[in-house]
Amino acid sequence: MTQWSGYFGLILQGALVTIELTLMGSVLALVMAFLAGLGRLSRFFVLRALATAYIEFFRGTSIFVQLFWAYFVLPFAGISLTPLQAGVLALGLNVGAYAAEVVRGAIKSIGREQYEACTALNLGRWQAMRHIILPQALLVMLPTFGNNAIELLKATAVVSLISLADLTFQAQVVRSQTGNTLVPFSTILVIYFALALLISWGVRSLERRMARGLDGVRV
Amino acid sequence: MEWDWDFVRQILPTLIEGVKITILATLLGSVLAAVVGLGIALARRSPNRALSRTVGFLAEFIRGTPLLVQLYFIFYVLPDFGVLLPPLVAGVIGLGLHYGTYTAEVYRAGIDNVPRGQWEAAKACNLNATQTWTHIIIPQAIPPMIPALANYFIAMFKETPLLSAITVLELMNQAKSVANTYYRYIEPITLVGAFFLAISLFSVVLLRWLEHRYGRIER
Repeated sequence: MTQWSGYFGLILQGALVTIELTLMGSVLALVMAFLAGLGRLSRFFVLRALATAYIEFFRGTSIFVQLFWAYFVLPFAGISLTPLQAGVLALGLNVGAYAAEVVRGAIKSIGREQYEACTALNLGRWQAMRHIILPQALLVMLPTFGNNAIELLKATAVVSLISLADLTFQAQVVRSQTGNTLVPFSTILVIYFALALLISWGVRSLERRMARGLDGVRV
Repeated sequence: MEWDWDFVRQILPTLIEGVKITILATLLGSVLAAVVGLGIALARRSPNRALSRTVGFLAEFIRGTPLLVQLYFIFYVLPDFGVLLPPLVAGVIGLGLHYGTYTAEVYRAGIDNVPRGQWEAAKACNLNATQTWTHIIIPQAIPPMIPALANYFIAMFKETPLLSAITVLELMNQAKSVANTYYRYIEPITLVGAFFLAISLFSVVLLRWLEHRYGRIER
């Protein structure tokens, strides 16, 4: 009864670690998504093959196995990662592979006439992509990116298994110290849900902002 | 440390024991997810506002929180209320509930895709609600959703390593235990990864076939 505030402090610390992981993982995922997504649409066979191999590999095995591999097997190859580094790496690369398919799909969804107009205006490939295609495709990607970010948030729970002190880990600590299971687990479920709602709200308002000035472009 | 084939041969029988449990959990979880998803989809269409709102919120909540924490909840919290489940049963319930909220969306889309005329024709033929659902709507709604459902079952299969956290002796747990016994991580964890990757690549082929076979609605 006495130290509930202290235990709540522990859970809040865990929430900060979870948020930190989600943010850093999302940044890495975003970078990987564009690299691999654009790579799959490249003119060069080598780039296409590399991107496809990356996407299939990381979508084909689960985040849990990748995390364990990064944390336990990479040290034998001479790369020792802290739990936080391993977590960000595995989360970012895993979700990045899913998001890469979103990037590819969104770019493909832009109509032919846009590309033809670019050719007619004598824009280079890079110019067309940067000024015409991506601004339109970005808006198509955004809602799915939001879902990917929520998947990433949920996947962060797994890092507790390589002893990183995130929300789930702290809940286990509280459970073992107090013997109470209902309170810590219910609390973190609510916190996770609140964070997920926050992400979907943020993405929706971002979408509204970006859609401004594109009226009539979207069908 | 190098890759050792003799060690691989030595641990393979133990890992295969784990594979059996992994596959069993996936199959049972898939059946449960298919049933739960249909239940949620039907409840959300119910004219009873209280029912559809409550189920809708619960589904949203389950989808917004990590599977790992839900597994902990089922395994550690429910015993306080007198519900003591064996690990595998708790795991299957967790998988089934979590993925049921995803398959519910598939069912919703599938049911919405049945043309209005079919509902009206059912009414014109004087079929009651149960008859309309079992003889008209569900038989037409199911085949086009098979590829999407299969997609989620494959995703569930990749999440089964999480069950090791609640002491189910599936593939990942067997791999961890042999790794801890012999202090060798490379072979067991890599084999687990290779196994999941192989099944996933195979399932991509299966999905293509399913899409080809069921994906289109014949008119």
